[in-house]
Amino acid sequence: MKRIHVKANGRDFEHEVEPRTLLVHYLRETLNLTGTMVGCNTSNCGACTILLDGESVKSCTMFAVQADGREITTVQGLAENGNWHPMQTAFHEQHGLQCGYCTPGMIMASISLLEENPDPSEEEIRDGLEGNYCRCTGYENIIKAVQQAAGQTS
Amino acid sequence: MTTTPTRTRPSASRTRGGIGESVGRPDGVPKVKGEFEYSSDLHVEGMLWGATLRSPHPHANIRSIYTSDAEAMAGVFAVLTHEDVPGRKVYGMEIPDQPVLAWEKVRYQGEAVALVAADHPETARLALGKIRVDYEVLEPVTDAETAMSEDAPKLHLSGNELRRVDVRHGDPEAAAEVVVEGEYEVGMQDQAFLGPESGLAIPDGEGGVDLYISTQWLHVDQDQVAESLDLPPEMVRLTLSGVGGAFGGREDLSMQIHACMLALHTSRPVKMVYGREESFHGHVHRHPAKMRYEHGATRDGKLTYVKANLIFDGGAYASSSNAVCLNAATFACGPYDVPNARIESHMLYTNNPPCGAMRGFGAVQVCFAHEAQMDKLAEKLGMDPVDLRLKNAIEPGMKFPFGQEVPYPAPVREILGRVREIPMPDEQEAMGRDLRELPGGVSNTTHGEGVRRGVGYAVGFKNIGFSAGFDDYSTARISLSIEDGEPVVRVYTAAAEVGQGLVMVQAQIARTELGVENVVVEAADTRTGSAGSTSASRQSYVTGAAVKEACEKVRERIFELVRDEFGESDELAIEDGNIISDGREIAPLMEILDDGEISEIVEFHHRATHPLDENGQGDAHFQFAFAAHRAVVEVDVELGLVRVVEIATTQDVGKVINPKALEGQIEGGIAQGLGLALMEEIRIQDGEIQNASFTDYLIPTILDMPPVKMEILELADPEAPYGLKGVGEPPTIASTPAIVAALRNATAMELGRIPVRPEHIIGIPKKPPDELPQPESSRYSGIGRLEDRRET
Repeated sequence: MKRIHVKANGRDFEHEVEPRTLLVHYLRETLNLTGTMVGCNTSNCGACTILLDGESVKSCTMFAVQADGREITTVQGLAENGNWHPMQTAFHEQHGLQCGYCTPGMIMASISLLEENPDPSEEEIRDGLEGNYCRCTGYENIIKAVQQAAGQTS
Repeated sequence: MTTTPTRTRPSASRTRGGIGESVGRPDGVPKVKGEFEYSSDLHVEGMLWGATLRSPHPHANIRSIYTSDAEAMAGVFAVLTHEDVPGRKVYGMEIPDQPVLAWEKVRYQGEAVALVAADHPETARLALGKIRVDYEVLEPVTDAETAMSEDAPKLHLSGNELRRVDVRHGDPEAAAEVVVEGEYEVGMQDQAFLGPESGLAIPDGEGGVDLYISTQWLHVDQDQVAESLDLPPEMVRLTLSGVGGAFGGREDLSMQIHACMLALHTSRPVKMVYGREESFHGHVHRHPAKMRYEHGATRDGKLTYVKANLIFDGGAYASSSNAVCLNAATFACGPYDVPNARIESHMLYTNNPPCGAMRGFGAVQVCFAHEAQMDKLAEKLGMDPVDLRLKNAIEPGMKFPFGQEVPYPAPVREILGRVREIPMPDEQEAMGRDLRELPGGVSNTTHGEGVRRGVGYAVGFKNIGFSAGFDDYSTARISLSIEDGEPVVRVYTAAAEVGQGLVMVQAQIARTELGVENVVVEAADTRTGSAGSTSASRQSYVTGAAVKEACEKVRERIFELVRDEFGESDELAIEDGNIISDGREIAPLMEILDDGEISEIVEFHHRATHPLDENGQGDAHFQFAFAAHRAVVEVDVELGLVRVVEIATTQDVGKVINPKALEGQIEGGIAQGLGLALMEEIRIQDGEIQNASFTDYLIPTILDMPPVKMEILELADPEAPYGLKGVGEPPTIASTPAIVAALRNATAMELGRIPVRPEHIIGIPKKPPDELPQPESSRYSGIGRLEDRRET
């Protein structure tokens, strides 16, 4: 067992974890942050995407111990004082979701994308989200959601 | 989206959030906040974890099962086998032929053999490894045609033929001036919903159990679970938990009975969650098919006859194979006027994974074949492929080859004509493009020299709802009351929201009918009567109609109160929570209702359907939905790589309930059609799945999916609520053949099998190379760069 300290969604945590514990399982089972989903177990689908020190990562590709001393944001930490992040509003308004299973990861990846490129073209949005699967929407309404969050449409 | 409003009845109310508006989904709120509770998120104190031991062999006799070592492990609370199934040892939606836990024999790789409940998922997994099963391995039957032969081993007592449907129409000896033949094959597609199977069973301490589960049909699960637990249905209560997609893959049972057995055996809550690999083994897939077709026509392009021999691989157990076999037989000719037809639809048992429902079931497979045949015929006749289809398009008042009269609306001609008129995307020079925009993206190792463009069309149709005599219905209870000084409508159904947006549609209908904006769609559970299955694109129609009629009854009771109180005789309406008479507000609902609650329950049954007779004739279906697609593709003919440039589609939906949600249904359906055309197949060798992961089973990413241009027709079905039609499946049906038609157009290859793989494209062309279309650099207008392609 190894002791780790993380800051997750603004709160400090300290836990003993088995070194082989994946970060996504630590988030879901130890911190009860079940908004971060597991879709494939093989790092393909991106449903588990979170921000680690502000950059998007698939939390099933990391061990919890690798997050020691770092800052984590999950979809459940986006709203501030009850106000949604503009990306959450955009996904809701543009119907950028159906079953919603990909949505937490898709929103986190989209936020990271706009962080790097605040005014992306449609192609750049596609390139930025290629690591996140959605089985329901055909992606078109997801692209519109990112465009709305980027202020490109109303 | 362009909408063509034609012949649609107006909606009744001006209350905000009613039908026709792009209102947000009520479940969209918790979903974007990460607070939506999927079944995999459920947790109760003291719960155990269940796990399933599955057969490694596709066909074997079970000599014995030793569980003692597993039972002796610390942390293991139960190890169960077929001996522990309290009631019926088999289950199945239509034919109960699948063992809850295998005994004597396993018939597919992945069949459930034993169960474990333990205090940690890892303990449960390790315990599975301690169960020893002594198998006598048998030769598997892995091909449906082999299964048909006399000397094939019989996989079930009833034989290997699971179902056969013949359609005989007109003159079987009809001769034609022009004949085309073709052989077509469809691989096994997976629903690949993103949230793997999961559920939580909680014993109630009195012998009953509560199951929280992701499913498509609570009541058919309840019946089957109760039967196998030997309990009355009321002691097995099901509640729908968050469902991470379905597409047919959750219509049949996965761990429902297993979790309940473990919970009742241990008297502890038991949670089961499949990983992705287990999910591939844990649900049914789309039926693979081999189809031989012969089309006869006159020289001027009128169809004379269609002959088809369809062979479906049902896998080891029946699931919904019956319905697939029937659908395929009835849609085998396509939406065309076919005077003579002879269709044989065969469904076989094999030792492959069981197949069942998937979006467009039965219609998807035959549409790939009949549309390829139409293109082949057009080529032979020297006709434009769309003109040939227009010439043969079926129309209301004609008869389908299965004897049913074509109801209005059946706008085959209109959707084909319109999809052809949608502006084509600009052609772009391939040479010098950003690599990511070449077919195959960054895996393209050329400079685009071999890129050719192709265009293809297809049209398809399918029945909405359950057919052939099935009593298909839905139950809805509507309650209207005053809460905190505001009128509130509550909608109670057992209808499964699986992502399609039914909760939103129910709320929109209630707002429209009751003129109250605050509508709460309550969680679906078995306390309300059955809503039927969330499949066959049926819920907006059937549960929609139940909700609508229950609202109408509630509204009528309010109007009675108003008439009693105010003596109004004019026509009344409710808008924004106020009673309206002759255009003026006469009272708020609050005043009429006081502290009372008005509640009504409706069981809506759609028009009766009938089984086919021995010649495959009958009024089997109650609604048909149609969609046409045009695909534009670029193919790198040297590498076999494909980029779909654009899909254009025209679909008749009867009435648009929610424009943005409709777009999502259509685009999502097209994505799955694209997947079947180009990449999605469960590869099976000797009965064993070779690619049970998202690393090896590919689904379309955002880079694979092109922009979609759509035009929506609203031709009201006079029998349906608001005139609407089911919209979920049609986008998946004809998008696949349109893409493959475009590939043929670009490559002149036959391409009779889907998914089309690179090696099919770079194989030996049927035409000599000098007849292949050559890319002409003069056709291209310039070097395309990333910024040039941005959509405006």
